[in-house]
Amino acid sequence: MTNTVAPNDGTTQGPRLYPILSDNDVVQFRHEVRAAAVAAGLRLIDQTKLVTAASELARNALEHGGGGLGEIGPPEAVGRRGVRVIVEDDGPGIADLDLALTDGFSRDNGMGMGLPGSRRLVDSFDLWSEQGVGTCVIVEKWAL
Amino acid sequence: MQRIPILELGESLFVTVQVDIDDQLAFALQDDLMTKIVATGAKGVLIDISSMEIVDSFLGRMLAGIASMSRILDAEVVVVGMRPVVAITLVELGLSLPGVRMALNVDRGIAMLDEALTAGGGLDDEYSRAE
Repeated sequence: MTNTVAPNDGTTQGPRLYPILSDNDVVQFRHEVRAAAVAAGLRLIDQTKLVTAASELARNALEHGGGGLGEIGPPEAVGRRGVRVIVEDDGPGIADLDLALTDGFSRDNGMGMGLPGSRRLVDSFDLWSEQGVGTCVIVEKWAL
Repeated sequence: MQRIPILELGESLFVTVQVDIDDQLAFALQDDLMTKIVATGAKGVLIDISSMEIVDSFLGRMLAGIASMSRILDAEVVVVGMRPVVAITLVELGLSLPGVRMALNVDRGIAMLDEALTAGGGLDDEYSRAE
């Protein structure tokens, strides 16, 4: 457990984990992210951006990572209101991170929107990937 | 298996996407719609997405795919009712849905199709050339 300190808004308890093993899990994960975004007091536009980014990341994990794990929790900074979403997989990893974050780049089949697009939709974006080990993306959307 | 209903309205087909659709349902809609276009000879398709709370790149590509396939089958697609927050998010994501004809609401979408059907041509020549 990395985040045991509850945020002072009392809306979130701690990170929750969701397996992403089918396209139905992606839909379910979207719903969970939406619920967390509403609970954290994000505006509708920010809810929509976060849910869309989470959907892209979950789909990347499913299609390129062979399935993954999603985690929803409060932002890393204690006391900040918002939602943190982590999506990780133990797939082949990304060979060239800079290229993967460039608009128009596609790992196989037109998924080029995924990473650079998701990055634009959130307030904080961290990407870790190692070939043969996996990929982990951490994004946050903050309430004003 | 769950299916999205396709209604017949004169020479056109009308689809309302009511749920947060998964891939299966999206592909089923694509299949059903193409089958129905051929079976009915429909010249227009109206897709109402006002209930859709998000459109990610997969759903965006699905809409673009439906528009292209329908055009090949000689039917024009108009997508109506996109929510403002969905439009903002889509463009920021990097998807501007080229090749998909949009209208603000169902009334305007129907007017757009009517115009195209009575004119006997495609919806918008300038628009077709841009592709």
